[in-house]
Amino acid sequence: MQRENHRGFKFDWITIVLFLLLVGFGWINIVSASHVGEVIDYFDMSQPYGKQLVFILLTFVLIAIILSIEAKFYERFSSIIYIIAILSLIGLLIGLGKNVNGATSWYAIGGMTIQPSEFAKFATSLAVAKYISDLQTNLKTRRDQLKTIVIILIPAFLILLQNDAGSTIVYASFFFVFYREGLQQIYLIIGTIILVISVLSLKFGVLYTFGIAAIILLGIAFFRRKKRGSLVQSVTILALCLVFSLGVKSFYNTILKEHQQNRISLWLRLEKDPAKLEQMKKREAYNLLQSEQAISSGGATGKGFLQGTRTTGKFVPEQHTDYIFSTVGEEWGFLGSALVVILFVSLLIRVLYLAEGQKSQFSRVYGYCVASILFIHFLINIGMVMGLIPTVGIPLPFFSYGGSGLWGFTILLFIFVKLDSNKINEW
Amino acid sequence: MRKLLLLISIIAVGLVFITRLFYLQIYDQSAYNLFDDNAIRKVYDYPKRGYVFDRNGQLLVANQPSYDVMIIPREVKPLDTLEFCSLLKITKDEFKKKYARSYTYSPRLPSVFVPQLSKEDYAVLQEKMRKFDGFYIQKRSLRDYQTTIGANVLGDIGEVNDLIIQRQPYYKMGDLIGKQGIEISYEKTLRGVKGIKFIQKDRFNRNIGSYKEGIYDTLPQPGKDITITIDAILQEYGERLMQNKRGGIIAIEPSSGEILAMISAPTYNPNDLVGRKRSENFTKLYNDTIAKPLYDRGLQAMYPPGSPFKVLNALISLQEGVISTQDKFSCSMGYRYGNRKMGCHAHHSPANMNLGIYESCNSYFANVYRKIMDKYETPAKGMDAWSNHIRSFGLGNYLNNDLSVGQPGKIPTAKTYNRAYGEKRWYTTFTLSNAIGQGEVLATPIQLANMVAAIGNRGHYFTPHIIKNIEDDTIDSKYLKPKYTTIDKQHFEPIVQGMFDVYSKGTAKYLQVPGIEICGKTGTAENYTKIDSVKTQLTDHSIFVAFAPKDNPKIAIAVFVENGYWGSRFAGKIASLMIEKYINGTISRTDLEDWILTHSLENEYAKPYSGVPFKINGETTLQVIDTNKAANAEREP
Repeated sequence: MQRENHRGFKFDWITIVLFLLLVGFGWINIVSASHVGEVIDYFDMSQPYGKQLVFILLTFVLIAIILSIEAKFYERFSSIIYIIAILSLIGLLIGLGKNVNGATSWYAIGGMTIQPSEFAKFATSLAVAKYISDLQTNLKTRRDQLKTIVIILIPAFLILLQNDAGSTIVYASFFFVFYREGLQQIYLIIGTIILVISVLSLKFGVLYTFGIAAIILLGIAFFRRKKRGSLVQSVTILALCLVFSLGVKSFYNTILKEHQQNRISLWLRLEKDPAKLEQMKKREAYNLLQSEQAISSGGATGKGFLQGTRTTGKFVPEQHTDYIFSTVGEEWGFLGSALVVILFVSLLIRVLYLAEGQKSQFSRVYGYCVASILFIHFLINIGMVMGLIPTVGIPLPFFSYGGSGLWGFTILLFIFVKLDSNKINEW
Repeated sequence: MRKLLLLISIIAVGLVFITRLFYLQIYDQSAYNLFDDNAIRKVYDYPKRGYVFDRNGQLLVANQPSYDVMIIPREVKPLDTLEFCSLLKITKDEFKKKYARSYTYSPRLPSVFVPQLSKEDYAVLQEKMRKFDGFYIQKRSLRDYQTTIGANVLGDIGEVNDLIIQRQPYYKMGDLIGKQGIEISYEKTLRGVKGIKFIQKDRFNRNIGSYKEGIYDTLPQPGKDITITIDAILQEYGERLMQNKRGGIIAIEPSSGEILAMISAPTYNPNDLVGRKRSENFTKLYNDTIAKPLYDRGLQAMYPPGSPFKVLNALISLQEGVISTQDKFSCSMGYRYGNRKMGCHAHHSPANMNLGIYESCNSYFANVYRKIMDKYETPAKGMDAWSNHIRSFGLGNYLNNDLSVGQPGKIPTAKTYNRAYGEKRWYTTFTLSNAIGQGEVLATPIQLANMVAAIGNRGHYFTPHIIKNIEDDTIDSKYLKPKYTTIDKQHFEPIVQGMFDVYSKGTAKYLQVPGIEICGKTGTAENYTKIDSVKTQLTDHSIFVAFAPKDNPKIAIAVFVENGYWGSRFAGKIASLMIEKYINGTISRTDLEDWILTHSLENEYAKPYSGVPFKINGETTLQVIDTNKAANAEREP
């Protein structure tokens, strides 16, 4: 895989074009979602769209810096970057942070706020890539598995302590990386079973879940040739299922906060009491309802730029941040929204494709991290806005308003672009 | 394989998302309802509500504009509250309270901030309205009564409630709907159909033109004017006569079934139920559970009909052929059967039919009633035959007309007594009170008026109704078809003659009106109430039914005066005056008029609530009201 223009533009232009398209289209929608009044002054720094424009411009400086730094730097300094990120997360917890909406996730510096959890994503990715690519690491051993998991759990736990459950979930995306790098198949199976049992226990209750598990195990036992020891095995699995199912139920009932319970209950349609449903419609389901209506009202071709009646009517709360996709839905319709989905899917596949093409394991693992993190954001955010999964407050990469988020994702992506451009120089 | 997991996940999620988008944005559009889209402004164009005229073309009900100040709390910007409050004539506290209430209702939807401004306030406010974002003025139409009479006829309109909105989606929050009287009966005719415009709002909530070039817009259809059968002059006169009394008057034109007057006393001024003071006044009327001004006694009150019912028994006996007009029955102050006695008063004896009617002889009708019953082998068969005849006069069932309220009255059948006593365990004597309109019979004043109309018509009636004419429309054809009674025409003459003699020499001979041949019948009905769960007799109801003139009658009337004692004492006088007023237009019997206007029954009505024992009928004193002197009591002779 030789590259012809070795001395010319050596960065993957497809990734860059997709990035630019997403950022640009994202900003257009932020303008729609956040403007007030008749005149739009694009450089009005008091408005989200004005700020975001500045963030975007600064992003190019950031990209220039990232791309000009030697690729080896990222690998060599990954541990230090990771430690800095961890320290910045700890700093929030010891009282240096600023509390916004119940989450202590920001540093206030001058007039600006910085959200270190956004930067911890790429730092963790670097650390994971570094550790896995170490020649001594073998992900098939339990010890190394544990160590890698610790690398992830530290930032995840710190973020959870900030009361930002949404950003914590993002760290689950590293599962894709581990699996790619050799994690045993059984974990995938167990992970899937855990998900299925969780949903079943909440939706149908523990007894039904137990029953279903028993029937499936019986089926398996019946068709399996090897009968010996299978009884003990089956009973153990069944018992585990039961314990886990009970655990999920009690976790839902006791540990989750009311709004989290309600989000899940809305998603799984658990609530049957019409009075409570009505109340939920005004609270937990309000955003979702408005956002679905806004998307739905867009129709095939949308209402046009700045013409979204629900967007401009500010019907959807948080529309320029987490719910930005509903603006796309309303103003650009099916065509625009599907285009955004396609752009994201293209970017993800492109990154994945590039990652697979890397010769260095570090670059490949990092590329995988990038794809996985972007994917989980894409999945959760758009899924939430369209009501496919429960409400989890995380941004849509490159789209949602916010400097930290934009920069975090840009750094995440462009370190990979840099690594990718460097693969020829390796070996 | 390991390489594929993420790739497959990405592609799968992408496809799921696009499918979902397709579902939401393209497939699911059928569920999209314009009315639910809060980005489309729905502007209703309310048509003029139809006017109401009386039978002589006098305008009774028109419309007046009213201006509501509306608020959309979300759009309210900081404003000069002091100026705004002074313009609306409210205090700052009220402003805050109203704002909070509107905000609680909905921050986004318009709600009424201050209802029904006067024209003057509106004029001043309108010029300054642009200064107050989030507020606007909505013009509405209220009823404007050109008269103070006929509250029970004309009814009123009020805002729809949630139940109506649920049942009839045509009505939206804040719409007006008929609540009583003809406003209910002719709601659809009067209201018309409101128009609607769908207007696209832009991001500043300004109208930027109609939605999809107005393909969904509709034009309002104005409400139709109606003419009702009421004669406003007669109605007004009747209400004046009924002041300080309780009861009802129904006057019908026998040749058409048109209701000329429909009086219920006590009543109220229809203007009380318009505008800002409506709810306060309505509550007051509604809470008056003693006088019950909202209860239409002419239509809803079921009284024992008393003696007027006797004429029906006379008609039935002739129809059944059990008696001739010359058959005589003796009466010695009553009718004895077994060890019981039905009392009567002093008059010539024995009585033939004519005398029986004009002297209202109880014994005569007890005999007649028994003859009817005895014609059949069992009392049950006799009862059903009798009941059937009675019912053919529109008694014992709803009239099914265009009045918003009504009562079926009560006419017993064999079943009624089978249920009470058991089959074959009762005899004619058990039901003898029916002969004289007491016992198990009850009728509303309108049913009695209809009954006399049928007698005046010699055997048929038209369903009493109130609609005379609808603009560009016809009235229900069922009001134009006569309904025939089971009595043959030739049997009516002796009865009509008897009723004529009531005036010429009978119980109403002092009520004659010069120049008009009136046929009538007095009635005095015993009635009871429960005071502390003790059945207590009250002063008799005064009842009178009449029609005039004797041939081709123009008016049939029934008057009930609660606790007015004997028939000609109150009801007879009122009926005679009403007939004179309608036929001659002037009153020659001013003595009767003065008497009615100066005598009150309020004392009588207060008795059951006084908590002390009281006397009734003959031992009572009658309250006299005088414009000059304080009310004093006069001993009745």
